Amino acid sequence: MTVCLAQPGTPVLEVLGLRARYGHIQALKGADLKVGKGELVAVLGPNGAGKSTLLRAIMGLTQNEGEVRFMGTRLPRRDPVGAAAKGVVLVPEGRGIFGPMTVLENLELGAYRVRDKAEMQRRFARVFDLFPRIKERLAQVAGSMSGGEQQMVAVGRAMMSEPKVLLLDEPSLGLAPRVTGEILETLGRLAAEGLPVILVEQKAPLALKLACRAYLLSLGRIVATIDPREVKSHDELAQYYFA
Amino acid sequence: MAVRSGVIGSRAASIGVWVASAAIVGYALVFGGYLSTIVAFALIYAIFVSGLNVFMGLTAQVSFGQSAFAAIGGYSSAVLTTTYGWAPLPAMLCGLVAALVAAFLIGFPTLRLKGHYLAMATLAIGLIVYEIAVEWEGVTQGYMGISGIPPLGIGSLEATSDQQILLTLSVLTVLVAIAMSRIRQSRLGRAFAAVAGSEEAASALGVNVARYKLVSFLLAAGLASISGSLFVHVVGYVSPEVFGLHMVVLAFTMIYIGGLGTVAGPIIGALIVSLLPELFRGLSESQDLAYGLTLIVILIYAPKGLVGLARTFDMWRSQ
Repeated sequence: MTVCLAQPGTPVLEVLGLRARYGHIQALKGADLKVGKGELVAVLGPNGAGKSTLLRAIMGLTQNEGEVRFMGTRLPRRDPVGAAAKGVVLVPEGRGIFGPMTVLENLELGAYRVRDKAEMQRRFARVFDLFPRIKERLAQVAGSMSGGEQQMVAVGRAMMSEPKVLLLDEPSLGLAPRVTGEILETLGRLAAEGLPVILVEQKAPLALKLACRAYLLSLGRIVATIDPREVKSHDELAQYYFA
Repeated sequence: MAVRSGVIGSRAASIGVWVASAAIVGYALVFGGYLSTIVAFALIYAIFVSGLNVFMGLTAQVSFGQSAFAAIGGYSSAVLTTTYGWAPLPAMLCGLVAALVAAFLIGFPTLRLKGHYLAMATLAIGLIVYEIAVEWEGVTQGYMGISGIPPLGIGSLEATSDQQILLTLSVLTVLVAIAMSRIRQSRLGRAFAAVAGSEEAASALGVNVARYKLVSFLLAAGLASISGSLFVHVVGYVSPEVFGLHMVVLAFTMIYIGGLGTVAGPIIGALIVSLLPELFRGLSESQDLAYGLTLIVILIYAPKGLVGLARTFDMWRSQ
């Protein structure tokens, strides 16, 4: 099931000629992509292609040049807190869970800006609906959970902030296939409900099952935009990688 | 949400840490004498280390320069009460404001640094303030130091006897401990913990990392300044050596022996580390050896400090 309900109009998030570097090393040499309401787009590519850098640059976590437009207006550079406040939220690679804290405390941090108790409860209910398993584990120390459960907490924590765009950096990393399937299904559901999702994945076949569009990143550049419905076989995909 | 445990949560053995701390202070209160002087210094350190604990334990930053803020507090109190005849409390508040201003000016640019850079920058601050205390003789009287500092007191109420001093310091330490436990469980504490966990993840969630690091640094500096003021009033004398690098080393020992990031840790750590040398005094020549060995043994068998040891014991018993 691909999630591709975008209506024509301004995309929610648009990236134009985005470049990013770490010191002297140019890790991202120019990326253009967009995502709209009801779309899940995938960013594919081999190790070291710059996938994580792309997401970090969108958030403003790197030194970058180029433009990131959110709802038509430009996001300031190097301002991750500002981007998060506007609703651009990243689930970082390796999950970025706060290990010594309980699941509950992790989730509360996702809604750090919310002070109203009733609103907080509403958001909790929403996350429990997405990941019923989390609800049973609230008092558990997050660091003691399995990788899959931690990833659910990471996505749940991001959802607590009620994002307008969700960026995910390899949510399948180190997870068993079944849990990965469960998490990706939930992401598909979120996108189908209207949330724009940018999913960075190394496991291309998984991502292509959900994605409306896939961008192929290689050596810091987006080298192809793929329509998953046109990719019929592994071989065909491999051609994109090696072309 | 009713569920609240994990990081917090205290049980039998953990409560034992508090009982032990109270027993040490109680013993000193009753029997007085030399021991009460040691315990008084330990409690002053407990306040200093509690502040350092906010920055190092809760926020996971490193500062080697907290002695600078103790010096600012201590010298403000000393100079204002002796040269200008101020009462202790306004002098202490003045020192606190000065320390906070200094911490802000230092913290604002340096807290953008990470890891070793920040540690080096703070080390420099400690050395600079020490040099100022030595060289600015017109005000600080250099190595000679300032003597004749009046005892702690408000109006006509003065803490002059050992018991009065100890009681005052105990009350202050308890207040600091209550504040620490409140902070840990507050929004602020949660933000500190997020910064400690991962600066990048925290900022991606909208937590303003630079701001909370600064707040944490200011809290640590404030408590350092207060402890510096308390010290000079209790001793009645101040010289640059008081706030030298050994203060930082001692504070680090206390925080790790007690338990980094815990409320009781700085207090039990300060008490134990202060009392150990006295315990071994009878060994004369091998005193330092015994002291060092004990510290190493504690850190090997209780790497998370005495509070961590108590928690492990609780968990082991509840299984």
